[in-house]
Amino acid sequence: MTSMQLEIMLIAAVSAVACALPGVFLVLRRMALMSDAISHVVLLGIIVAFFFTGDLSSPWLLVGATATGVLTVFLVEMVTATRLVKEDAAIGLVFPALFSIAVILVSRYAGNVHIDTDAVLMGELAFAPFDRVVVGGYDIGSRSLVKMVIILALNASLLLVFYKELKIATFDPLLAVSLGFPVAALHYGLMTLVSVTAVGAFDAVGSVLVVGLMVGPAATAYLLTDRLSRMIMWSAGIGVVAAVGGYWLAYLMDASIAGCITTMLGIIFGAAHIGAPDRGIIAMARRRARQRVEFAQRMLVIHLFNHEDSPEAATENRVDHLGEHLRWRAGHIERIVDSARRRKLIQEQNGSLTLTDEGRTVAKESLQFS
Amino acid sequence: MIFGLNHTLLTVAFGSASLGAVAGALGCFAVLRRQSLLGDAVSHAALPGIALAFILTQSKEPLTLFLGALIAGCLGAIVVMNVVATTRVKSDSALGIVLSVFFGAGLVLLTFSQRQPGASQAGLDRFLFGQAATLLNRDLWFMAIAGAVVLTTLVVFWKEFKLLAFDPVYASSLGFPVRALEVLLTALIVAAIVLGLQTVGVVLMSALVVAPAAAARQWTNRLSTMVVLGAVAGAVAGVLGALTSSTFERVPAGPAIVLFAAVITIFSFLFAPGRGLVWQTINMRSRHKSLRADALLVNMLDMEEQHAHDNPEHAHSTRALKAAASVTGAFDVRGSLENLNRRGLVTKLPDDRWKLSTTGTEHASELTRGENIGGTPTS
Repeated sequence: MTSMQLEIMLIAAVSAVACALPGVFLVLRRMALMSDAISHVVLLGIIVAFFFTGDLSSPWLLVGATATGVLTVFLVEMVTATRLVKEDAAIGLVFPALFSIAVILVSRYAGNVHIDTDAVLMGELAFAPFDRVVVGGYDIGSRSLVKMVIILALNASLLLVFYKELKIATFDPLLAVSLGFPVAALHYGLMTLVSVTAVGAFDAVGSVLVVGLMVGPAATAYLLTDRLSRMIMWSAGIGVVAAVGGYWLAYLMDASIAGCITTMLGIIFGAAHIGAPDRGIIAMARRRARQRVEFAQRMLVIHLFNHEDSPEAATENRVDHLGEHLRWRAGHIERIVDSARRRKLIQEQNGSLTLTDEGRTVAKESLQFS
Repeated sequence: MIFGLNHTLLTVAFGSASLGAVAGALGCFAVLRRQSLLGDAVSHAALPGIALAFILTQSKEPLTLFLGALIAGCLGAIVVMNVVATTRVKSDSALGIVLSVFFGAGLVLLTFSQRQPGASQAGLDRFLFGQAATLLNRDLWFMAIAGAVVLTTLVVFWKEFKLLAFDPVYASSLGFPVRALEVLLTALIVAAIVLGLQTVGVVLMSALVVAPAAAARQWTNRLSTMVVLGAVAGAVAGVLGALTSSTFERVPAGPAIVLFAAVITIFSFLFAPGRGLVWQTINMRSRHKSLRADALLVNMLDMEEQHAHDNPEHAHSTRALKAAASVTGAFDVRGSLENLNRRGLVTKLPDDRWKLSTTGTEHASELTRGENIGGTPTS
């Protein structure tokens, strides 16, 4: 592994964590697609700021891009507030229009400058290490890495400081308002962070990967835990795994790094969707099957309990009668009777069924409503 | 060549018009069903389908690429619906994941296709931002036929789709196969999106689904009118954008079409009668005006009744009326007085004094009984 490979992986991993932190809140606040809108629109801010400064490495580009990101949020809210269209349509109206302006400006007036619209979408992670930051004759790392480390530090520290406020404003906005938290300021603060992160990440990894890194790990973590703090940890971890795994996938297949990282994100989300401990497809199917058996057992003991000690018990409480009475198929009857006997709820003797003490307790419990 | 409309330009114009019309018509359903952003995910999701179709067949026939994009786009839409239905992940996150993951996979496949021997994959690049100028005759025919198929299906299932858009629960209670219809409608929307990819590009095609429909919505409350208007708006944006792109150098078609669609939408938001913001403001103004006049009328009635025992003919000066109105926070008292005077509800006396007329007294007492607030006298 060369130091360049290590550096690319580091950039990807740091970007992943930096994106995952605000991403968690975007996902929880159902604003995941704001990352899509913002990560595209920052191009407009960059190009406009470039026209003013004429310098592609000017810090004003970052300021302009961040401002456009926040402007997008504001415009979306303004369009939604007219109540002429719903919020989803508002997002779908605002960001393509702004992005279109940016693309036309780039291709008409900045054709000879190094802003490539393809690179905006895909990023140039493979070339990121060539652009170095040298301070006092000392090489402290590639520009992308330094930038992303700073943004990560910013995100992490702001998150830590405003953790409680963000948490309440996210899960119970009304409570947050009634407690006197500045909910609107928190919202715009978060959106500013998303913009800063998108701006920093997109020239390294591309706007589509920004969306993937903000939404993918957070949505995966959402399937794995119910605690916000753990969700943040999981997201960061998943982001790093996808970044490193995606890099090696790209290395093996000699393909686009950004593309491979999002592919990894997809694979990880798919794995969690299928295999997550509580919410995965497998876990849910098993839980449903278990509940089906448990419910059937209760039906059975209630039926036996109802006819117990009555004249018709001899005919009702028989295995061969259940099909008629409970409308169960033969295989199902056998399975339920077996499982109920194993749980020692019933006893079987020559096809006639009797409740055990425990079975009677379960039946009584099930019949009580309170 | 009339107006410089040569054959290429005509091809481009017709192609863009048909894709705009199809997207505008189907977009109405996406917007009404709150699936506006599905288009964004679907158009990105189509990329791996295009790349894979090219890698497998080595052909850039429109039908081959269309089918690849259609299958991948439908797959993306199905994944979104499935994730939303079976997990607690909300639709915005599901869309975000499908968008980025499919697009990323598409990029990977594109890098493969670049390495194919003798593959002039330059043609695939245009799917990112679209190129109207590269539309060929065969593309045109294909777009026209596929668009006609999509629109015919829409007409055939019109009643069902209409019900689905407004009241899916009712549709299912009537025994319609709602699930199958939803899949069919989504597939049609995907087809409409995929048709435009080559001209408008993956990134911006979603806007052509949302913008014409959102514009059309402002002009009517009827679905049929909305769909026709959406189709017209989409076609107009398509033609103008594509012609701009072909006429001026280095203006990609996708962004140009999207900007024209945006202009149409902004115009509709502002000026559509009834719903438009300008009309809303005018309505609000006139309602405020009439409410202010009514409030003043009630004030005057109150004040005159206080003088009923000593001087039934008592009139009040503008100053006194202003002072009384300031309690309730009303403003523009003089304007309201002129307004009432024109309507014959007050009479102007010398020395800038005002008095209720007979109809004015009647209307004011009606108002105090809580009837007909903000309206005109019933007599």
